[in-house]
Amino acid sequence: MDLLNLKRITDYEWELPKQEDMRVPGMIYGNTEIIEHLKEDVRLGKDWNALKQIANVACMPGIQKCSIALSDVHPGYGFPIGGVGAFDSEEGVITMGGIGFDINCSVTALKTSLKEEDIRKNAKPLLNSLFKIVPAGLGSTGKVRLNFHQIDEVLTGGAEWAVENGYGEEKDLEFIEENGRVKEADPENVSEKAKQRQFKQMGTLGSGNHYVEVQYVAEIYDQEAAEIYGLKEKDVVVSFHCGSRALGHQIGTDYLKKLAEVTKKYGIKIKDRELVCAPINSEEGQRYFSAVCCGVNCAFANHEVLTHLIRKGFKEVFPDEKLPKFYSIGHNTCKKEYHEVDGKKKLLYVHRKGSTRAFGPGREEIPKKYRKIGQPVLVGGTMGTCSFILRGTEKGMNVTFGSAIHGAGRAMSRKKAKHQYRGDKLLKELENRGIHVRGHSMAGIAEEAPGAYKDIINVVECMDKSGIAKKVAMLKPIINVKG
Amino acid sequence: MDYELLEHEADIGIRGYGNTIEEAFETGARAMFSIMIDLETVKSEKNVKIKCEAPDIEALFVEWLNELLTKKDLEEMSFSRFEVKIYKDDIYRLEGTASGERFDQKKHKPKLEVKGATYSGLKIGKKDEKIFIQCIVDV
Repeated sequence: MDLLNLKRITDYEWELPKQEDMRVPGMIYGNTEIIEHLKEDVRLGKDWNALKQIANVACMPGIQKCSIALSDVHPGYGFPIGGVGAFDSEEGVITMGGIGFDINCSVTALKTSLKEEDIRKNAKPLLNSLFKIVPAGLGSTGKVRLNFHQIDEVLTGGAEWAVENGYGEEKDLEFIEENGRVKEADPENVSEKAKQRQFKQMGTLGSGNHYVEVQYVAEIYDQEAAEIYGLKEKDVVVSFHCGSRALGHQIGTDYLKKLAEVTKKYGIKIKDRELVCAPINSEEGQRYFSAVCCGVNCAFANHEVLTHLIRKGFKEVFPDEKLPKFYSIGHNTCKKEYHEVDGKKKLLYVHRKGSTRAFGPGREEIPKKYRKIGQPVLVGGTMGTCSFILRGTEKGMNVTFGSAIHGAGRAMSRKKAKHQYRGDKLLKELENRGIHVRGHSMAGIAEEAPGAYKDIINVVECMDKSGIAKKVAMLKPIINVKG
Repeated sequence: MDYELLEHEADIGIRGYGNTIEEAFETGARAMFSIMIDLETVKSEKNVKIKCEAPDIEALFVEWLNELLTKKDLEEMSFSRFEVKIYKDDIYRLEGTASGERFDQKKHKPKLEVKGATYSGLKIGKKDEKIFIQCIVDV
């Protein structure tokens, strides 16, 4: 297979031509720098490379239009990270490789009535308060304790469960993707082990690239959209990143094994073992989809409990702050959505692995307040650079099934980052730049060094220039609590 | 060298070496736990039995690792030593022991949580007279 011969459509759109067993072509939304980085991995003959993964996804039954990689693309397992694959609801499949272990890993942003200066004056006490109140790091447990009966309510209720139980507020629900609850979640399809692993993990952040960050609006690119989103320069936003915790991990584990058997049973040919799958309209496929929905709801509930804790932590320093929800979006999901294919509206199962929904103006899934300008897309950057708020577009609806990037995307392995950076030195450097970071692991901080990631400005520029998602605002960090 | 962490941009590859495949399974488990905790700080105070099975030896490795992750959470343990016996009839079966002690956030220097072991990059090979088995784990 020739993975190096990519066809340039525009400076920001590249096609991996259909060849051998590919049912559709691959499409990559990035500039030459990003494309060259991908090609380099192929030339070096690396064991895992994203171009091969894009091609592998293109070979799967029922895939629609093309196998997509966005500008934060890098090698994943099964799908590339930054990958999108949409499958026909009759002939298509649902695959573990397109969802992964951290089901509905999401970013939530909360607004404040504060300005940059308010945080700078109180950075230390606020950092300490957030660090203390948010359970984070490997092995941490939450204050919420669940039993088998309650966990089933979490899995069916999602963020609604949280609100009913005193975490978060009714008003939040409107500003969460899917209003914080997907309906197809049947806890019968989730193992006891998975439920049990979650008993003590509700309301925890996790580790690795999970964080809570206090940011300010450093730049606005689109006045009209910013006004609709209610964002002004110097405004303070609180964002956090985490997922469905151990419950999601165990659903992944359980179904990895089950789907391996199912793939064999139905004689589905896959190019990477991690792409184990089930026909979407089979009993097994629907069971997995339902289990994934349980994971999605668990992550929604987890985010709502964390929202509650962050509000409490903020009140210690800023008693009048209510932190209303700005928006919350997930990036390891499979969703039932209607999209236009060959001029016809079709029901599809859209897998987004390390990519987010980015619906264009008018879609009814978008909160009324934002609907006419398009869905807010929260792009999490590194602790030393910046994050972005983008908006979904009509073009994105037409070419990426309404999907955009989820972050900067790593450019360096954790192993290399740990050799190159030292946690304590990094913290000092960031401190000198007015960024206050506190983490649960020094090695973890080194692995998350800003230099280990792609240049987020470039990655976002590719989205903007290709028209997939347009820039609205840039957010810069002041405080970061690392998991 | 009994194990090695392999470079992967998003996640981490783990590789266990051994004179036998069973030893490679043991060192592979050590590789995975070395991502999460400081192995040297964990005393062997409690043994946890692990049983799993799979249609082939590679898949058995992933099963073994995932079973350890499940047990780590359910029993709130840190593991640092492992013993594995593999049997083959119509499928592959593993009976193993993981030794360690109750997870201690202060003592075990927790680092990065492993979310799951994947079939990606999964392979058995030989290097310098040793057998190795490897896969990518999601972090």
